[in-house]
Amino acid sequence: MLKRTPYDVVVVGAGVVGAACAYYAARSGLKVAVVDRGPVAGGTTGAGEGNLLVSDKEPGPELDLALLSTRLWRELAEEFGARVEYEPKGGLVVATRPAGTDLLHGLAAQQRAVGVEALPVAADELRTLEPHLAEGLPGGYLYPQDAQVQPALAAAHLLRASGADRYLGEAVTGLLRGPGGSVTGVVTGRRELAAPAVVNAAGTWGGELAALAGVRLPVLPRRGFVLVTEPLPRIVRHKVYAADYVADVASGSADLQSSAVVEGTPAGPVLIGASRERVGFDRTLDPGVLHRLAAQAAALFPVLRTVQVQRAYRGFRPYLPDHLPAIGPDARVPGLHHACGHEGAGIGLAPATGLLVSRRLLGEEPELDLAPFRPERFEGAERLEDAEGES
Amino acid sequence: MPTSKSEPSGGRRGRCYDLAVIGAGPAGLAAADAAAGLGLRVALVDAGSRPGGQYYRHPAPELGAARPEKLHHGWAAFARLRARLAARPLVDHLPGHHVWAAEAGVPGDEERPWRLHATRGPGAGDRATVLARAVLLATGAHERHLPFPGWTLPGVVTAGGAQAVLKSSLALPGRRIVVAGSGPLLLAAASSLVSAGAEVPAIVEATSYLGYARGLPVLAGNPGKLAEGAAHGARLLRHGVRLRRSSAVVEAHGTDRVTAVTVARLDARWKPVPGSERRIACDALAIGHGLVPQIELATELGAATVTGPDGAVALAVDAEQRTSVPGLWAAGETCGVGGADLALAEGVLAAHAVAGRPAPARERAVRRRRRAFAALMAAAHAPGPDWTGWVTDDTDVCRCEEVPAGEVRAAVAELGAGDARTVKLLTRAGMGWCQGRMCGPAVACLSGGGAGRPDGRPLSCPVPLAQLADPGPESGPA
Repeated sequence: MLKRTPYDVVVVGAGVVGAACAYYAARSGLKVAVVDRGPVAGGTTGAGEGNLLVSDKEPGPELDLALLSTRLWRELAEEFGARVEYEPKGGLVVATRPAGTDLLHGLAAQQRAVGVEALPVAADELRTLEPHLAEGLPGGYLYPQDAQVQPALAAAHLLRASGADRYLGEAVTGLLRGPGGSVTGVVTGRRELAAPAVVNAAGTWGGELAALAGVRLPVLPRRGFVLVTEPLPRIVRHKVYAADYVADVASGSADLQSSAVVEGTPAGPVLIGASRERVGFDRTLDPGVLHRLAAQAAALFPVLRTVQVQRAYRGFRPYLPDHLPAIGPDARVPGLHHACGHEGAGIGLAPATGLLVSRRLLGEEPELDLAPFRPERFEGAERLEDAEGES
Repeated sequence: MPTSKSEPSGGRRGRCYDLAVIGAGPAGLAAADAAAGLGLRVALVDAGSRPGGQYYRHPAPELGAARPEKLHHGWAAFARLRARLAARPLVDHLPGHHVWAAEAGVPGDEERPWRLHATRGPGAGDRATVLARAVLLATGAHERHLPFPGWTLPGVVTAGGAQAVLKSSLALPGRRIVVAGSGPLLLAAASSLVSAGAEVPAIVEATSYLGYARGLPVLAGNPGKLAEGAAHGARLLRHGVRLRRSSAVVEAHGTDRVTAVTVARLDARWKPVPGSERRIACDALAIGHGLVPQIELATELGAATVTGPDGAVALAVDAEQRTSVPGLWAAGETCGVGGADLALAEGVLAAHAVAGRPAPARERAVRRRRRAFAALMAAAHAPGPDWTGWVTDDTDVCRCEEVPAGEVRAAVAELGAGDARTVKLLTRAGMGWCQGRMCGPAVACLSGGGAGRPDGRPLSCPVPLAQLADPGPESGPA
């Protein structure tokens, strides 16, 4: 069945970023097709915790993106609300050592300067906010803009609301090419989907899709494990994590980075997440990772020592060497746009990414300067990548 | 066979068992016995408190059952095996150990053995790590559940569960018990129930049994299986139990408890024939649709699998019972459901392979015959494609999370879910306490994706958080 369908854009990837691209493109009046080798939310999205965080980001392009996304998620919550389990619960970042509070004060001051809400919490106020928090912690910061969604539901509902035609379970095997090497659609095992623009929202697979277009996009996987407890009454009210987490996200180290982000969910289980390792796509369980997550969660919330961990899951975050996503048209290939490489922040950054991509598809001025996210910024950067890539 | 209930001796790095057998049912017992007979140092790691698994489940000694063997086919084989194992000093029996993860070792590297992480109870110190050079997975199978309206009513039990309760506590689920579903377990269960004094108004079998006619040579090669079936049949006949073929319980009725069931005739695709419904009064329903291999510990390690004629996913093994993961062997139901005789033979074969000895001819012959019979049985009792027709939208598919079939269908039709994993993410079906062991096959059918690749499961059972937080001692042979 080789039938050409007149779409304005084909989005490759039915994760939350692809779904957001489809949603905003369709809302702008474009005719959209979404194609994925698996089902909706079958990759990193389905393994995510649903963090919508501004608290863990230093001022810079990613925080700008996160602040835009925070506003967009609030709008989306009006439309989707409980169906995507949106909870504006706020984040509580706690210091685990007295020296950590100075670090938090410094970061919060910088963040506030660019529009982040950050409220200092004294040691004796911590347990008012989180009654089960360990005693004796030196203080922290409350970030009311931090929020939560259920990632798979968010992707599925954004995609459905977009009204885009879905081609799920079809892997993209090639790209249609036009004059001057432009991309004019995709080829799957079952059909060709022609469109003047193709958006690469393929997550950890984004590098391979770029390669089909003959360009390099060095997306690498960073593995993470999340522990899920048995359903519990609400004992954790915010997203709570130790100050070390902020340092981990920015780390270029290949070693295990973990500091427990602990949070409750509407369904009852507490999620304990955010181990970070660069081990390629190796799925092998390392009990040492689970041990660190559990120990750190228990250090923050001693009551968790008495509960059962019901299951664990793993995922692979797609990251680029400078830890910023690739967003926007690829200067090297007309018709090819990128929306991938969001590492562990894809759920949070999806709406802003989708909106910015749709602006560029329509030739409109985007809300943010896309220069830091230029997909071709790694040209000639092999040496940097060698130094920072997987060991 | 010393049984270790106390804190295992720890801290012996570099010293480890030659073989750790996970599961003390027929396959595991036979493997441990044979391996020790060949001079291997064996850990028999089992979740149960007494050896025997589900098949050789028996009453606790405190119950003082006069003749536990009366409930068992093959009790003599078990008694012999148990006695032999008890006399083997090379086998350490580790009961009450729930293995939550198997960490693969590097074959030939003494410094990097397999590590079996187990939980032994709720306390922070109830953690154990067993070190071994090789691992045999003999974790058996669990029941396949196909939901229908009313299946969550009190009084509705599984056929296997009814047998297990009878074997372990000598109790019956009711007085007038309909036995329904598909597979040879129905006859065995009904036979046990009538022996124990229950009335069984009907056995409702979904297939026509014509499937067996296609395998006459296989049947001829398994006279023991025919005799077993004939013995059940004769006993049931004596008690006037009626077998209804090509029929299914499509609804259970009652408010506080099941009081009746509706039975309908099925066509070849298991679609209920309109107008064929009739009601049978009862106070219990024992339902069974065969077994599904329990293989999470191996699939988490990436072990290759095969899908059987009944759609059940089992481990792929070679002629020596080796899985695709170096150092990991499998025997019995984990390689495809086939019964106790097959499991015993495969346990012996695996032990020989681990010990580097040639496979004994007798067990090889048993395996060949019984595997052929198992394939025939699986094909004959495979759920028909249209069974989901009797699952109304308001029927809970996932009991743990109370997800009705309608929600699963909406996730597929409207939200783009194409397989069981995505349905789980979008509806929570399979996210509850049993982790999809109960609803997995049903959700897979309703999502249209079939069994597919098994979802990775870093933890194969719940673990107290304190035990993850505090790494425990490691143990090898004393």
